[in-house]
Amino acid sequence: MKKELISLRVNGRTHELAVEPSKLLLDALREDLRLTGSKRGCDDSSCGACTVQVGGIPMLACTLLAASCQEQEITTVEGVSEHGSLAAIQKAYGDWGGAQCGFCTPGFIMTVKYLLANNPHPTETEIKQALSGNLCRCTGYNQMYEAIKSAIEAEQQGLAASK
Amino acid sequence: MANEERPTTTGFSVIGKRTAMVDAAEKTTGAGKYTDDLSVPGMLVGKILHSPYPHARIKRIDASKAQALEGVSAVVTGEDAPVTYGILPIGHDEHALAVDKVRYVGDNVACVAAETEAIAEQALELIDVEYELLPAWFDPEQSMKAEAEFIHEGRPHNIEKEYHHVFGDPEKGFAESDYVHEARYIANEVTHAAMEPHSTLASFELDPHTGKLGRLTVWSSTQVPYYLQHKLSLVLEMPMAQIRVIKPLVGGGFGGKSEVIPLEIIAAIAARAAKRPVKITYTREEVFWAHRGRPRTIVDLKTGVKKDGRIVAVRARVVQDGGAYCSYGPVTILYSGALLGAIYDIPNVGYDGYRVLTNKPACGAMRGHGTVNVRFAFESQLDEICAALKLDPKEVRQKNFLKPPCITVNNLRVLSYGLPDCVQKVAAASRWKERRGKLGRGRGLGMGCSHYVSGAANSIIRSDMPHSTVNIKVDRDGGVVVYTGASEIGQGSDTMTAQVAAEVLGCALSRVRVVAADTDLTPIDIGSYSSRVTMMAGNATLRAAEEIRKQIASAAARKMNCAPEDLVFREDKVLNNNLGARALSPAKEHRNAAEILETTDAPRGPSVSGRVEGQILRGSLQQKRKEEGPKDWMTFEEAVVAAIDFHGALTGTGSYAPSLDARGGKFKGAGVGPSPAYSYSAQVAEVSVDEETGEVTVHKVWAAHDCGRALNPVSVEGQIIGSVWMGLGQALQEEMVWKDGMLMNPGLLEYRSPSSVESPEIEPFIVESIDPEGPFGAKECSEGSLAATIPAIANAIYDAVGIRLREAPFTPERVLAALRAQKNAKKLNLTEGVDPTSPARFREHGGALWFRGKGPQRHPRDPAITGQQGSAGGDD
Repeated sequence: MKKELISLRVNGRTHELAVEPSKLLLDALREDLRLTGSKRGCDDSSCGACTVQVGGIPMLACTLLAASCQEQEITTVEGVSEHGSLAAIQKAYGDWGGAQCGFCTPGFIMTVKYLLANNPHPTETEIKQALSGNLCRCTGYNQMYEAIKSAIEAEQQGLAASK
Repeated sequence: MANEERPTTTGFSVIGKRTAMVDAAEKTTGAGKYTDDLSVPGMLVGKILHSPYPHARIKRIDASKAQALEGVSAVVTGEDAPVTYGILPIGHDEHALAVDKVRYVGDNVACVAAETEAIAEQALELIDVEYELLPAWFDPEQSMKAEAEFIHEGRPHNIEKEYHHVFGDPEKGFAESDYVHEARYIANEVTHAAMEPHSTLASFELDPHTGKLGRLTVWSSTQVPYYLQHKLSLVLEMPMAQIRVIKPLVGGGFGGKSEVIPLEIIAAIAARAAKRPVKITYTREEVFWAHRGRPRTIVDLKTGVKKDGRIVAVRARVVQDGGAYCSYGPVTILYSGALLGAIYDIPNVGYDGYRVLTNKPACGAMRGHGTVNVRFAFESQLDEICAALKLDPKEVRQKNFLKPPCITVNNLRVLSYGLPDCVQKVAAASRWKERRGKLGRGRGLGMGCSHYVSGAANSIIRSDMPHSTVNIKVDRDGGVVVYTGASEIGQGSDTMTAQVAAEVLGCALSRVRVVAADTDLTPIDIGSYSSRVTMMAGNATLRAAEEIRKQIASAAARKMNCAPEDLVFREDKVLNNNLGARALSPAKEHRNAAEILETTDAPRGPSVSGRVEGQILRGSLQQKRKEEGPKDWMTFEEAVVAAIDFHGALTGTGSYAPSLDARGGKFKGAGVGPSPAYSYSAQVAEVSVDEETGEVTVHKVWAAHDCGRALNPVSVEGQIIGSVWMGLGQALQEEMVWKDGMLMNPGLLEYRSPSSVESPEIEPFIVESIDPEGPFGAKECSEGSLAATIPAIANAIYDAVGIRLREAPFTPERVLAALRAQKNAKKLNLTEGVDPTSPARFREHGGALWFRGKGPQRHPRDPAITGQQGSAGGDD
């Protein structure tokens, strides 16, 4: 298939790529941009390990065409760390055991970022529902809830301190 | 060491603290590299051609068209690597690529190495394979009756291995029993489904002397780098010294990466043929075909008890549907017997185990290896006995506890035994006495117990070699590097290693860097399986660190004018313990050191020199302190400098092999089951059952686990929760569904791995029995809890609605069928021929899925089609 030139804006930078029209966003990120944080855990959008945000909405990069994401702001897990240090949710996932093998973690981080951006004080049920599109085989999810609660607290303390 | 005094966890400064894993940031930022994240220049993509038939002879393979396709570098077939291998020395029955026969749908036939995945896939279509169909077996009990066309030569009646064990006198025991219960239990096949699909990257270097292909480097998603190195050497006919295996981050294993998976060897064969690096990553569907999961297990179980619930005798006949290759099969079937009766004090145990070959993907080791399905049967049967005799299941378990230290009837040595505490804890937390049987129809509580080895006392290749060796080097600025072959797969192996080293050396955890699982750099550790890492690599690390501490102490003691024994290593300092009271008991050693820390004007936390930037300043500061004369304490760095000045290089080595008296009996099959220590778990599950839909909801699981000592409570709790959760998946929804030998649900959605909304709250309780042989008393915590969950849920369902489910998973269809049978209602068409309370046989279309499409073509004499027609019902 003949390649086409597309332009993707990822984590605040614009990249020009020559890709086949059939190229998936996940492959463009992993192979062309070497952003390997987004993972492929399945081939049929059932696991959520490839979750990235496109225009602020969590999307599964394994079933999106790269060319269809032009002129959109794409955020991957590599774009989550703030100023070279761990974001509150990343720190909390580490502290509370939210990540064990870590393979599903980038996808979860992207989903949780979206949840907290749109609902800063989710109930336990809302958290469970928000995470239900991402699979994890290690943690049984329980410690992730603790991590999310602790990240919310950390964010609030950070906000209070900056006032 | 103060260990014998059993101090509380707070007596330590690093272990026992809630610690983020040392690789947590790599994982949460996406910076960490898993095998599929790696690439090397010139790398090709490998794609494997799989068999479409369950059992067939390969008459001819023509790969010329594929070979000629632009962009294809190599096509390899069985001829390229005809040597057989297998994880067990007694089970070398696999070819990396099929040589004469294919034995399951998905068996490996050929591999293409091409520039891109698209070209490789196109090339696969061009490979022409001519097959001759053979009869295939899918039901182990039918397979055992086969008279011809065996799946493997030399395995008559398709029996891979059978074992018959008798301990005590079971028949006499049954005769003496007041009550004997007998039933058949079936647990269907489940798989690991680790989030990371298997991936291997293989690359050869040119040899400078011969100019030909020389050393091979393999990066692979493996739990067992050293076994992989060994099998690669065997199949590629290269010396192990020419092969380097590196394990990058691994995205979960659960046993699915604990043996050599075909792609790991195929990638190397393809790289050799293509003379370029080759990476193969399985699709999710291929992961299901590679499988090596928990076999479907048929347990015919008989238990005899006295009136008060005291167990007198147990006899089990276990048949495991092992799939097409040996894999870990003999070990799995032996674990089923060895750990069947060893959790309680049972004087008479009889066991007949059959590992049977069928034309399906090979089963292997999966979390709780071999013990899970028999534990489901046993703990369910115990509950049935309690119901029949109107006894409290908790009290019956308490009546049957072991009295350690002891040797079980089948020669397993038990030193530490936290099960009584575990039962007590979950009974109290769930308010067992007040609530069981009193929650009203539809809601109930159930209890289950389980145990597991903390590492197999005998390695796969029997020898007296250490099971784990660890090297440590300490640099002049106090940097500690631990080299271990132990494989981090998400369970926290690297963190445990760093914690143990830091605790022994009394230094900050941040000083310790772990270099792990690279066969060129790290000494041998046989891998992450049988929950052996904490016990074995932990002990090896402890010993290596003690060797270093000894060297530091002898040098520091000279500087401090005291005896080396007087020194305490703590909080990044080396302190003279004699500063206050001289003759304090060892138990008070740490507290005394803490007092010194309080009284010295030394800054807490980072050391003095750690605050000064630049090596020169740091050196001069150290020099200044050096000139101050003898002192009560030194910083860790100063002590290290003193030791290096005194001894030269500062390195230490430690190794661990299980003690001889922990290695079990002498009978055939006695090698499997013995362990230096056993973990114990007790659980209570609370469920409700929807009698309209048959749906079971688990509301909460209370899970107490005896892990000896919790080195990192966050990780221990994470492992307990994860085990319980995986057991819950097997109990309620996970199941591999077959049609004509083809897997009907090879995807995470169809396999129905529980999502967050289906996962209950799991409350973990840590029980610390302080094992005398574990590092700081620690035992395993990653597998033992899984097995108790399934019977706990089964027993809770019985408490809720009075139905006894003897076939797992307890899907709505099975629950509904049992409920209708209970009410003598007409059986639903959906479940025709299926009685989950009395499972009889293999149901090819089992589970919730019904497939009406065309399966693979079948041989006319195929027993699977002549033997059972129209057995299971459909929903139409």
